[in-house]
Amino acid sequence: MSIRVSKAGLLTSIQDLGRRGFQQHGVIVSGAMDSYSLRIANLLVGNDEKEAGLEVTLVGPTLEIESDCLVAITGGDLTPSINGKPVPMWKPLFIPKGSILSFGPCKTGCRSYLSVAGGFAIDEVLNSKSTYLRGEIGGYKGRALQTDDVLPLSVPAASKPAFLSNELINGVYTSSWSVNYKEFVHFTKKPAVRVINGSQFDLFTAESKSHFTQEPFKVSNQSDRMGYRMDGPSLQLQEKKELLSEAVSQGSVQVPPDGNPIILLADRQTTGGYPKIAQVITADLPLLAQVKPGESIYFSHISLHEAEKIYLEKEQLLQELKIAINLASIK
Amino acid sequence: MNQTVTKASAVISPLGDSALVITFGDSIQYDIHKQIKTCKDSIELNPFPGFIECVPAFTNLTIFYNPLEVVAAVRKKQKKEFVSPFEVVSSIVQSKLENEQTEKELAHRTVSIPVCYGREYGPDLEYVARHHNLTTEEVISIHSEGEYLAYMIGFAPGFPFLGGLSEKIATPRRSSPRTSIPAGSVGIAGMQTGVYPISTPGGWQLIGQTPIKLFLPQQNPPSLLQAGDIVKFEPISKEEYQEIQAKEGGK
Repeated sequence: MSIRVSKAGLLTSIQDLGRRGFQQHGVIVSGAMDSYSLRIANLLVGNDEKEAGLEVTLVGPTLEIESDCLVAITGGDLTPSINGKPVPMWKPLFIPKGSILSFGPCKTGCRSYLSVAGGFAIDEVLNSKSTYLRGEIGGYKGRALQTDDVLPLSVPAASKPAFLSNELINGVYTSSWSVNYKEFVHFTKKPAVRVINGSQFDLFTAESKSHFTQEPFKVSNQSDRMGYRMDGPSLQLQEKKELLSEAVSQGSVQVPPDGNPIILLADRQTTGGYPKIAQVITADLPLLAQVKPGESIYFSHISLHEAEKIYLEKEQLLQELKIAINLASIK
Repeated sequence: MNQTVTKASAVISPLGDSALVITFGDSIQYDIHKQIKTCKDSIELNPFPGFIECVPAFTNLTIFYNPLEVVAAVRKKQKKEFVSPFEVVSSIVQSKLENEQTEKELAHRTVSIPVCYGREYGPDLEYVARHHNLTTEEVISIHSEGEYLAYMIGFAPGFPFLGGLSEKIATPRRSSPRTSIPAGSVGIAGMQTGVYPISTPGGWQLIGQTPIKLFLPQQNPPSLLQAGDIVKFEPISKEEYQEIQAKEGGK
């Protein structure tokens, strides 16, 4: 069972929920930028939500499906099609052997996720299948996918769900329902990204603090999986201060001396020494992951307790979604 | 700002909604390192439900946790009202700090790192020597006589932040960074010295190179050095370098 890459796309890599537990050794976490979309894609094909899928960025790959398989495509809408015919997202798709899965123009967001029932048959490195591009470990040979790569698939635990037996759409079987993803990730112009105060918030000037939540910030072209560099009003400290390096986290908003904030993302280094003005709440990281370079966002402050409540509510919703998908697939 | 000052005068503050930082001081000191190490060992030895990992730094310890699991472990008792994962983990950490004994001495492991200094292995050795009016031999002996404490590992996998460089050879970074530094390079930047485990861009003054691998992704732990290790650099010849490199299976 396998999938062959006939065109690589811009940046397609294997990602799961990250390589946790090794940050004290300097090993970065990696993992899906939009973790909700990956988790939902996995649930749709009957995988554990932690299974690895493909993270597809802006310009998607062309894939030859070399054996019958059940897949789901979630995240940003990169207009996926099978044998040239558009296919729906956010629902399971049964794709017959010999089909060509390709992606077209990017309609919303910028990252799609593809999960395959059973997952990819690749070895874990330090408990994760995530590709750590700089460290050249994990994923497929520690790198982004290239033309002619053949990705081996594991045999799914269960046979294809019952709901796939009825409908036939363009040679592709799918369900009559799809997931309401808007609870988890949405695509709007200038989204508000919620933050709580960073460890060094109080070191910034009053002006910088108010600009931070009142002005838009544009995601610069020098942004990648490591971090988003933001263009906006220059943020300054009340007085110059050299900080010692310390651990950072996904969503830390660091401000280097040039005053342009950098939001640290999945491939962030484990430690940093720049002052942190804010911290993006975990529940909004997927939303941020779908913002393209050139687009703008606003930051909005909330309290730690609000952030925690939102996190727990989303996890509750995801649990409910999991139950609903399970029920739908045994009907 | 949600902050708690503990009995042991450590300050606990959130790092987002899924991690917290315990700060023990604001400067690089052995005593602070000792408190951090003791706290880290205590948490790792007896982790709380939802604990993911902790990362020591010069003055603080960051603890990453899964808020859902933290709450689930507490919810068994109290059902309805909102439970803050940060507050749950804070109080666990506080009681650990109060019951800890930091009096006992730390056991340090000493790790010797063979280094071939100068020439193609250390293209900036001569610059460092000229900068201090020393001979290259003097720079090598000052650097290799030192004992360095690894305060933390970060920046890159296995990269040690070492304290204890002699002021006699402390040298500012290069004015323009190199786009690629070979793995194993030993460098100096201001009062810091360290070894690049993987090839990265960087602005440190390179004085030598080790044939030893510092990042070992197929092993657990994947880093040769750990926070708390004492590091010594041992000068070797080009022949010895090649011999060890062959044994290590190339880079």
